[in-house]
Order: sequence, then C-alpha cells, then structure tokens
Amino acid sequence: MNIYDIVFYLFAAITLVSAFFVVTTRNIVYSAFNLLFTFFGVAGLYVLLGADFVAVVQIMVYVGGILILILFGVMLTNKITNVQIKTGTLQVIPAVIGVLLLAGVLIFKVFLGTEWKSVKTDIPVKTTAFALGKLLITDYVLIFELLGILLLVVLIGAATIARREK
Amino acid sequence: MVQVGLNHFLIVSAILFSLGIFGIVTRKNAVMVLMGIELVLNSANLNFVAFAKYGNFGLSGQIAALFVIILAAAETAIALAIVLNIYKTFSTVNVDEIDNLKE
Amino acid sequence: MTEAVLLNISIAILLLPALGFITLILFGKRIPGPQWVGTSLIFLALCISIYVGFGKLAFYAGQNLIMEGRWIQILNVPVLGQVNFDLGIKLDNLTVIMLFVVNLISFLVHLFSMEYMRGDIRFSRYYAYLGIFTFSMLGIVLTHNILMMYIFWELVGISSYLLIGFWFEKKSASDASKKAFLVNRVGDTGMFIGIMILFTNYHTFTFDTIFAQIAAGNLPFHSSAWLTACGIMIFLGAVGKSAQFPLHVWLPDAMEGPTPVSALIHAATMVAAGVYLVARIFVMLTADAMLTIAVIGMITSFIAATIALTQNDIKKVLAYSTVSQLGYMIMALGVGAYSYAFFHLVTHAFFKACLFLGSGSVIHAMHHEQDLRKMGGLRKKMPITYYAFLISTLAISGVPFTSGFLSKDGILAGTLAFGSLTGHWLIPIVAFLVAMMTAFYMFRLVILAFHGEPRDLHKYEHAHESPFVMAMPLVLLSVLSVFFWYGLNPFNPSTGWFLDKWIKTPTTIVPQNMRFDFMKTEAPVAGSLENAKAGEVKTTNAPIAVGAPKVTKQNESETAIVHSEHYMHAMHQAHYPAMALSLLLGGIGILFSFLLYQWKKIDPDKLAESLKPLYKLSLNKWYFDEIYAATFIGGTLAFSKFLAWFDNKVVDGIVNGAATLTRMVSKLGGLFDHVVVDGFVNFTAYLSGFIGIFFRKFQTGKVQTYVVFVVFSVIILLFIFRPFF
Repeated sequence: MNIYDIVFYLFAAITLVSAFFVVTTRNIVYSAFNLLFTFFGVAGLYVLLGADFVAVVQIMVYVGGILILILFGVMLTNKITNVQIKTGTLQVIPAVIGVLLLAGVLIFKVFLGTEWKSVKTDIPVKTTAFALGKLLITDYVLIFELLGILLLVVLIGAATIARREK
Repeated sequence: MVQVGLNHFLIVSAILFSLGIFGIVTRKNAVMVLMGIELVLNSANLNFVAFAKYGNFGLSGQIAALFVIILAAAETAIALAIVLNIYKTFSTVNVDEIDNLKE
Repeated sequence: MTEAVLLNISIAILLLPALGFITLILFGKRIPGPQWVGTSLIFLALCISIYVGFGKLAFYAGQNLIMEGRWIQILNVPVLGQVNFDLGIKLDNLTVIMLFVVNLISFLVHLFSMEYMRGDIRFSRYYAYLGIFTFSMLGIVLTHNILMMYIFWELVGISSYLLIGFWFEKKSASDASKKAFLVNRVGDTGMFIGIMILFTNYHTFTFDTIFAQIAAGNLPFHSSAWLTACGIMIFLGAVGKSAQFPLHVWLPDAMEGPTPVSALIHAATMVAAGVYLVARIFVMLTADAMLTIAVIGMITSFIAATIALTQNDIKKVLAYSTVSQLGYMIMALGVGAYSYAFFHLVTHAFFKACLFLGSGSVIHAMHHEQDLRKMGGLRKKMPITYYAFLISTLAISGVPFTSGFLSKDGILAGTLAFGSLTGHWLIPIVAFLVAMMTAFYMFRLVILAFHGEPRDLHKYEHAHESPFVMAMPLVLLSVLSVFFWYGLNPFNPSTGWFLDKWIKTPTTIVPQNMRFDFMKTEAPVAGSLENAKAGEVKTTNAPIAVGAPKVTKQNESETAIVHSEHYMHAMHQAHYPAMALSLLLGGIGILFSFLLYQWKKIDPDKLAESLKPLYKLSLNKWYFDEIYAATFIGGTLAFSKFLAWFDNKVVDGIVNGAATLTRMVSKLGGLFDHVVVDGFVNFTAYLSGFIGIFFRKFQTGKVQTYVVFVVFSVIILLFIFRPFF
C-alpha cells in the first residue's frame, strides 16, 4: 500500500461519506455544505487520475458557481428562519431497496463483470492544460463554440425565466 | 490488498451514482433533487476521467468531463430559474405537491 | 290594302276578346258596366272582321294569305332531328266567313245577354267567359296549323265548361258541365292521336306542309290505312265537339247553361268547330274515312231528329235539332258536298242562333219556364219574337226563299248524287226522312209555344215582348236567314256568289286509288295539280326565321279543283229531284204537325199510345244516358272498385307485409346492435377504462416516481441485453 493508495482511499471516503450525508440529512443547508465536500473529494480523485485541469475546473465551477447558485436557490425559496427548511423525504424504503439493487448491479454486474482492457497510459507529469487547450481549438472546436453559444442562451434564458414578469 | 486501479474508481463512481439517484428519488425539495443530479453528474465525470487514464483515449475523456461540467452549470442555472418560477406559482418547491401533469 | 295589313288586323280581331276577358276577370267587379266593355270590344272585332272579310273576298278571293313565324325551334331531338313549331294565321275564304259569323253572333249574344242576364250575381264574370270563348273560337278559325288549333280547341272546351256550369249552384248545371267536359275529352284524345300520327311522320303541324307531303305521295308510315286512321282520329275530335253519335250526349245537357250561351256556343259556333275541323282536313280524307264520317253523320242526324220529335223542353228540342243539323253537315262532308256543308254551317249558325235567342226571349218572358206544355198563345204577346222565330223555323225546315232551303237542298242533292254514284242509298233515304222530321218537330215547337190557347194563364198574363236589345238580334238574325244574302236565285245556290266565288271544294290530295270514283281527277290539266303541288312544296320549304313572321300568298285557283265532270253531272241531275222531294217531305212534315197540334185532327196522346215503344224510345232519348251509365260509367266504376279492392287487399297487403318484414328485420338488427355491437363497443370501452385505471397508477405526476421507473427499466434492460458476462 503506497501513498497513492492511501490518498485514493482518503478522497474516496471523503466523497462517499459527504455524499451520503448530502442525501440523507434533512436540513437543506447541511446538505449544501456536505455537497461542498463531495465536490472536493471528486476533485481530489481527478488529481489522482492525472486530470489536474479538470480538477481545477471542478472546484471553480462547482464550488464557486453551482454550489453558490444552489445556496441562493435555497435562500430564495425558503425563508431561513422557517422550519420548512428541513425538507421531507418520501418513499424511503423502496428507494433504499432500489438504490441498493442499482448499486449492486452497477458494481458487480457492470463494472466488475466487464473485462476492461485497461492500458496504463502515461499521463505526463506536466500540466494537461496546454494539451486540452490545443484539443479544444482543434478537434473539438465546433463543440466548444456551440457550448459558448449555449452558455449565452442559458444566461438570457435563465434571466428571462426567473424574472417572470406579469 | 490490490493496487488501486480502474475498478476502484468505478466502484466509487457507482456508489456516488446510487447515492445521487437516492437523493433524487427521496427528497421532496426541488433544490435537493438538483443536488442529487449533481452527484450523478459527478459520478459520470469520474468515469470519464478514469477511463481517460486507464483507457487508450488520450485526453478526450477529460474534454468530455469538461463539457459535462459546463453543461451542469448551465443546467443548474436553468433549473434554479424554473424552481424560482415554480415557487412563485405554487408557493412551494416540494415536487410531490406539483403534480398538475397528472390531471 | 295589302295582305300584310289584312293579316295584322286579323290578329287584332283575335286579341280583342282576350283583352276583354283579362280586363273583366281582373277588374270586372270594379267596372260599373262590365257588359259594355265586353260588348264594345266584340263590336270592334266585328267591324274589323267585316273589313277583313270585305278586303279578302273582294281583292284576294282567289288567294290564301298566310303569315307564319317560328315559335319554337329545337335543333336536335333524338330520332326526329330538327323540330320546329310554327305559329301562324291563314286567311282563306273559309276563315274570313267564319270570322264574320263568329263575331256577329258573339256580338248579338253579348247584346242579348245585357237584358237576359241582368242582375245576375256573376254578371261581369259572364262577360269575361264570353270573351274567352270568342277568343278561342277565333283562334280555331284563324290558325294555320293543327297544334294551335288543338290548343284553341281545348280552350273552347274549357270556356264551354265554364259557361255550361255558369249557374253551378244548380247540381244539374254542374253535372252537365262535367259531362260535357269529359265527353269532349274522349274525342279530343282521338284527335290528339291523329295529330301525333301526322307529327311523327311529317315533323310539322302546319296544314299546308302536311298536305303537300301527302300530295307528294308521302303517306304516314307508308300506308294508306294509316292515312285513313289518321283522318278518322282527327274526326273523333269533331265527333266530341260537334256532338256526333256516339258522343252526342253532352249537348242536350249543356242546355243547363244560360240560353244566350246555348245560342252562341251550343248552336252556332263551337259545335260548328267540329265541322270546320273536318272541312280543314277534308283534302286528306280517304274514301273509307269519308264513308265513316258520312255514316256517323247520318246516324247522328237520324237519332237526334227522332228524339227531338217528343221532347217537351223548348231548349231540348232545339238542342236535338242542333245535333241533327250538325249530323247533316258532317254527313255532307262525308259524301263530298264540301261547299254545301260549309254553306249549311253558316246558314244554320244564323237561324239556329235566332231560334235559341228566340227561345231565350220566350223563357225570359215566361219567367224561366221552359216546358212547352205550359206555353201557348204567345204570338199575340210577343209578335217580334214570333215572326223572327217563324222565319228561322221556315229556314230550318227548308221552305223556299230561305237560306236553309238553299243549303239543305244542296246537302240533299249531294247525298242523292252520292247514292247514285256509289250505291249507298241508305244515306239519302235517311237524309230525306230527317228533313221531314225536322219540319215536323220545328213546327210542333212553334205551334205549341206561340199558337193556340195559353195553357198556363198565370204566366201568360205576365208575359211581355222583350226589350229592344233582345229583339234586335232576333230581327237581324232572322233577316240573315233569307236567301238573297247568299245568291240571287232562290232555287239554285250554286250560281250565287257564296258558292260560285267564295267556297269551292278543294282538290283532295289522297292517292287516286283511295278516293271515291267520282273524286278521281281524270287528266292533269296544265297548271293544275302537279304544278300546284310543286309550287306548294316550294313555298313551304322556304326557311322561316325565328320570331320573324313571313307572309305568303297562295293561289287558290291552282289548288282548288272541283270534282270530276262525272260528279258534277250527277250533282246537277240530282238537284231538281232532291228539291222536289225535300219540298214534298217538308210539306208533309209541316202538314202533319199542323194536323196534330194546330187543328187537333189527330190526338197526339193517342198516337203516342199506339206507338208506345217508339214513343218511349224517343222520349227517353234512345236510352243513351242509361246505356252509357250501365256500360261505360258502370264499367268504369266496377273497374275502379276492382282496382280499389286490389289496392286495398293485394297492394296494401304486399306493402304491409313488406313493412312488417322490415320491422321484424329491424328488430332483429336492433337486438344484434344492442347486444353484440354495443356489447363489443362497451367491452372495448371497459377494457380501455380498466387498462387506463391500471396504468393511471403509474402516472402520478411526480417526477421522482418516473425516475424510479427509469432506473428499474434500465436495470431490466441491462439484464435483457447483457444476460451473461
């Protein structure tokens, strides 16, 4: 067991535990904060997988953008002082059964049941940002442009929908 | 104990996915449902990146992960706008109470 | 005075009575003196017709004036090809004389009716009816084609119907009008068949064109039998309208109408239309058709004369006398005495109108008493009526110096000549017998009504001479019954202008082998038959533009050739014997009536008793009405009853059976629908509903439920697509 393995287990534990709390805690604000740790854990796993740029983006976008957005959503839809902030749950028992079934199927039947032809590629130690940038403006330039337009549309659309004037 | 490889990441991803589904299914609050969706998306991303390392795909997996993150951000923005609208219309964000489609 | 002027003002003659009819029928009740409207219009028409008659007879005596225009042109008819309907008027000598006669008598009747019909509740309508009658009668006279003639023929029928049933409150009057109309229809049907035979073959209704075709040897259906049949069929129309045996039964009943109407319609003009029709088609009658016509006329005149002997109603006697005289004319046409027949038509119109108007005067004076047995001695009270009546009676009885003598004598001579030439002796014998009977019953009438002692003193006391407007027509008509209007020689009419210049027997156009021997033309003289034929065909083939009337002149002298020398000779020979015989027999008849009724040497009742069966037969009009009631009417009723029974039982039964069957089938169908179809439909609906209810459970409207389904589905799909690893 080397340092790589230890770090992996650490991050995996952070991710899964915090995710568990995200979905199980009744307080919506707690959930949001637990989500923060989940995102961090996933970012750590990305680093372990050699995707340093993706990890940075994960932290910037998710933690800096999405999570803040979600918190705003929580605050706009629930008065903070209100007890209502504790959200209810439903169909817990069937959901537990179903999710366990799903997890079992995914783990044992799909991932472990498949003979992955894994080839250990050498991710260069230097940052991947240069290579990714090159790909984005060569092979994936069309998707890149489209995503830019999409983000613009989303910006306008979200503002329009949320404003909802009479 | 085996060395950490592809399967480890996949298992973490599968568990994360299942938790996300659990969150989507069991939470009443629409915002909580959104959080579950984020978990699911993260598990998918984890798979992309893991296969980018262990499969012979170069950096394409990471590009896909980047795109997913962008889409997730867009999706969250739209979804929250919708949630706000729903809140204004129904004065609630509990998805089980919003079943007008049933009628 | 050109021919176009004559033709155009003839149309005015035709339209003036129609104008009177329209005015009176629409505004009659609001016009203060409706009689003056009708009478003045007729007077105008009379003046014009005198003018036309004078112009035609003086300047165009030898020519026929024709104006025709295309009415309907149908370019393409299946089988027939192009069909044209022409309207037109033809002025020949026959027409203008008839125009004068009809208008004169109509005018006099209008005048007479002013007094006779005064105070009637439908006074204005009476004059309207007289107007439409005159209009249609003039139409018959003027037309140049048989279709128009048929139309006016029916119009005459309807106006006769209206006038007979004028007092329709009386059941007998309304019955009589119906009877007249229905009996006429029988004849008219035959006439229509005849017209259709002609039209089918020649595609035209114009007389001249048809005759030209026949003259060119183009027989109907290429058969002489069809020509005969066609002539007899058209003659059937005359049988109906002119009250010939066996359709004569309507005329005596028609006396239910007002007496002036009887004078106008049922004595002088309308019934003469039949004779006029036969005269028009005379040229196309074959020997067989002519013999038929002669025999029908003979039977009619004989039967009617015998019935007239014993009737007690003054109008009935006159009615049967009319029938008898019409039979005479028809018979004369049948034996080929064409000109005498028409001559008799004219003279008869005058003296019979005078007799009827005289009887109307008597009836008026006697307060609508028509029974001869209650009259008598009226001579002193009504001298003008008496003398007018007497002159007319002399005329009808054939006493010399009267018009009747001339025309009747000609007819008798014609029958005699016919008998000697063909051997049909029965016809002259009957004709002379009828002449004797006519003299007898007419004088019986005069004696019973005017001579002797009054039998009903109360009515006699109130009797009075009629006023001027009633007396004047009588005088005028009786004056017209004297010989010198028709010729200077009172014993031989053939030298008079009427027969010498105006009325000539036209050449028959039937093939030689279908004529009587005496009517055969020996040798075609230059400019006669063949040329005439060619000329006629030429004129009639000239195209007529639609709506543009065409005036043509026809040379009468070319088309009119009298009978063969043979016939003329026989006629000449027969003339004096016939005259002597008729004088003798007429004298016997008159003497006999004086013996019976004036001097009472023989008791008529005893005579009747001794000849009881014959007397009964005559008094009951040969039981014609009874026979018809038993046969035709009874047969029709029985047949109708059978049809009604058939309808009720069989047809209704079938219909009801069908209905019941339909109902049963419908019920079955309904049951099937209700149980099976509805059941199936309902079952489908229930099934859908059930499935809906089941699947509705899944449609919760909650997103999370759907997510669960998706997840489970994915798992299931995984197992399906990747069962083994």
